[in-house]
Amino acid sequence: MATALACQQMVELVTDYLEGNLGWLTRRRFEKHLRACDGCTRYVEQMRETLALLGTVPADTLSPEAQSTLLDAFRDFER
Amino acid sequence: MAGADSDLVAALRSGDEAAFARIVSEWSRPMLLLARGFVSTEASAEEVVQDTWLAVIRGIDRFEGRSALRTWVYRILVNTAKSRGVREHRTLPWSSLSPDEEGPSLDPALFQGPSEGNPGGWRTAPEAWPTETAVEGSVLAGEVRRELRAALDQLPERQRIVLTLRDILGHTSEEVCGLLEISQANQRVLLHRARTAARLAIASYVERS
Repeated sequence: MATALACQQMVELVTDYLEGNLGWLTRRRFEKHLRACDGCTRYVEQMRETLALLGTVPADTLSPEAQSTLLDAFRDFER
Repeated sequence: MAGADSDLVAALRSGDEAAFARIVSEWSRPMLLLARGFVSTEASAEEVVQDTWLAVIRGIDRFEGRSALRTWVYRILVNTAKSRGVREHRTLPWSSLSPDEEGPSLDPALFQGPSEGNPGGWRTAPEAWPTETAVEGSVLAGEVRRELRAALDQLPERQRIVLTLRDILGHTSEEVCGLLEISQANQRVLLHRARTAARLAIASYVERS
């Protein structure tokens, strides 16, 4: 059996883990570590929460003036 | 060309103003966010999006339907934003990573050193976050979202662009690699560092408040 992963290695593998990019052996070592480590379990959970929150980050759209300028340009375009 | 796209393209080619107004209103939000990754100000990002739409108006007759219409529009946006970024002297070496992007993404001081009891183990495990952090509509979640938006502006631009495309706008890694012309390996490194920084921004905020 390969040596256990350290927490410091776990945090560098978390993206590949969540993306499903780990090879099966590394994934097993990753999950084995998770079962035994509350700190890393919490870290992975917080990473999932981070992704959920990123999906709801507020974003601005074009000002109404810019949108109406574009609509004018569309209307005036010679087809 | 897929059905929905071919109807839309036909509408745009025939000068259907309602169709154009609808996509400008729906797509400009993600486009603005993406453009902001490449240029230095919000105003500059607005101009990139407007220039992109003008290019769409002029070029829609040449759209061949080899990709989805939206992908085609995004590609115009990325090219417009890149050349604008160059003019603003923001250089984006997409093909290689800088040395500081290859080291650990999290401060090594968080982990025990080689002479301690559990080398590489947490020195102090991450603190728990209040449950309302994840509750949609809670005051804290609202604050955290604003904090995340600010943290995004602090990220190195390539990380910000990849994170924006992947986690805010929900594109797949294949789409992102194609759009930005980067390798899967570099996309993963940039995404990983950006996500690590985003989580850290939340953690620092939650622990402060």
